[in-house]
Amino acid sequence: MIHIALQKELTAANGAMQLDVNINIEPGQLVTLYGESGAGKTSILRMIAGLLQTDAGLITVNQKTWLDTKKGICLKPQQRKIGFVFQDYALFPNMTVKENLLFALEKGQNKEIVNELIDIIELGDLQDRKPINLSGGQKQRVALARALVRTPEILMLDEPLSALDIKMRTKLQDYILKVHKQFNLTTILISHEIGEVIKMSDTVFSIENGKIIKQGKPIEVFTTKQVSGKFQFSGEIIQIEKEDIIYIVTILIGSNFVKIVAEEDDIKAIAVGDNVIVASKAFNPLLQKIN
Amino acid sequence: MMDWQPLVLTFKLALVTTLLLLVISVPLSYWLAHTKSRVKPFIETLVSMPLVLPPTVLGFYMLVAFSPANAFGSWLNEYLGIQLIFSFKGLVLASVIYSLPFMVHPIQAGFSNLPSSITEASYVLGKSKITTLFKVLLPNIKPSLLTGVVLAFAHTIGEFGVVLMIGGNMPGKTKVASIAIYDEVEALNYDVANWYSLILFAITFSILLLVYLVNGGYLKRFWK
Repeated sequence: MIHIALQKELTAANGAMQLDVNINIEPGQLVTLYGESGAGKTSILRMIAGLLQTDAGLITVNQKTWLDTKKGICLKPQQRKIGFVFQDYALFPNMTVKENLLFALEKGQNKEIVNELIDIIELGDLQDRKPINLSGGQKQRVALARALVRTPEILMLDEPLSALDIKMRTKLQDYILKVHKQFNLTTILISHEIGEVIKMSDTVFSIENGKIIKQGKPIEVFTTKQVSGKFQFSGEIIQIEKEDIIYIVTILIGSNFVKIVAEEDDIKAIAVGDNVIVASKAFNPLLQKIN
Repeated sequence: MMDWQPLVLTFKLALVTTLLLLVISVPLSYWLAHTKSRVKPFIETLVSMPLVLPPTVLGFYMLVAFSPANAFGSWLNEYLGIQLIFSFKGLVLASVIYSLPFMVHPIQAGFSNLPSSITEASYVLGKSKITTLFKVLLPNIKPSLLTGVVLAFAHTIGEFGVVLMIGGNMPGKTKVASIAIYDEVEALNYDVANWYSLILFAITFSILLLVYLVNGGYLKRFWK
């Protein structure tokens, strides 16, 4: 169990902001921090990592205390076992891909994990290249692999996918999910893409002005009406076309386009660029007792 | 007849000064690049002073401070057995102070230009500050280090005022090339002065050219 309580006064774009959050995470969960930029998401990650001081706070990770301002405990970033994937990747330019991974090894740690990660994240062809010769998506994969070398207790990713195109993004989401399961990680992801949050996370914390305004299963947090659909996906409206008396709405779900028929009433509430949920209730199985 | 001793002394001085400066400047620049302390502007000003101060001012105060006739100078002499006036040690100390900005500025700029995330990335990977400095930061500011080393070296070769004030003009001990040139001109030996000058000109030109070639990546292109 991971318990995080943090308080800090931050200077945001529009004046001072009081950050005050309380987060509980079950081991093995993947949670997202969702919110506008400037809401305090990155500050939360940095405080968990020990890169930013808190005014008051308590962090316990699997019965170990990382931070307790009341008792004066504050572990250095080096002493907290975390994997951190930075927004700008933060690869060491002087080292090759493999050297970046080897650097992350702890004293006396078996080197086998490096080769294992190179296999899992498919870095074999890139391992002797310097970061300057990698694309954004490749750098991101290296940063992810490097963060996993120490087998962290918490893996944290600061908007890891925001700079990537949709195809690369989908691929990387799959890598993150794969390592999250394979290494049985507890993962905190920052994202401002609803689709990504719904696809990736068990729990989402929606953050506004330094406070958690909603938390829970992504689908429940993002839909105001309860939909009891069995098949549901979220996507972005790309186009709304009128055909006779009905409308055809084109929605981008992941990297696929889906066309949905809508009536005039449905159209009133939505516009191009909106995030929507596409759900179907058509396949409801019925249960009946056999005499 | 040209005497090689002043030239040898000049390069010995430049070498010792540069090595000492490197040892001093790396931690100092690191501190200046990262500190939020209020004394930072004062330290920065002190480091930069030799850029604008006439070298004779610096030399004069050092001469006064280290003179055995004064308290500090006599203390140094009595308890540590160091005489800094008119000695090679004094020249080294004066040169270190005089060339400090030439070493500190490029290294400080190098540290400041590195994204802070790579330092943080190293910390969250469990690496200490020292490991981070030597394995991550310094290897990534090699061009700045090279610039600092070369500028400090070349600047020490070009010293005149400070050296003359604190070192005097003692053959084999404190008579460096720049002073030898002045000496020969005074004695109307233009021929010898010309040789010293030519050699200094050629060497400093080559050193600076090498830096620009290396830092501009011209040599790499050539090798490939």
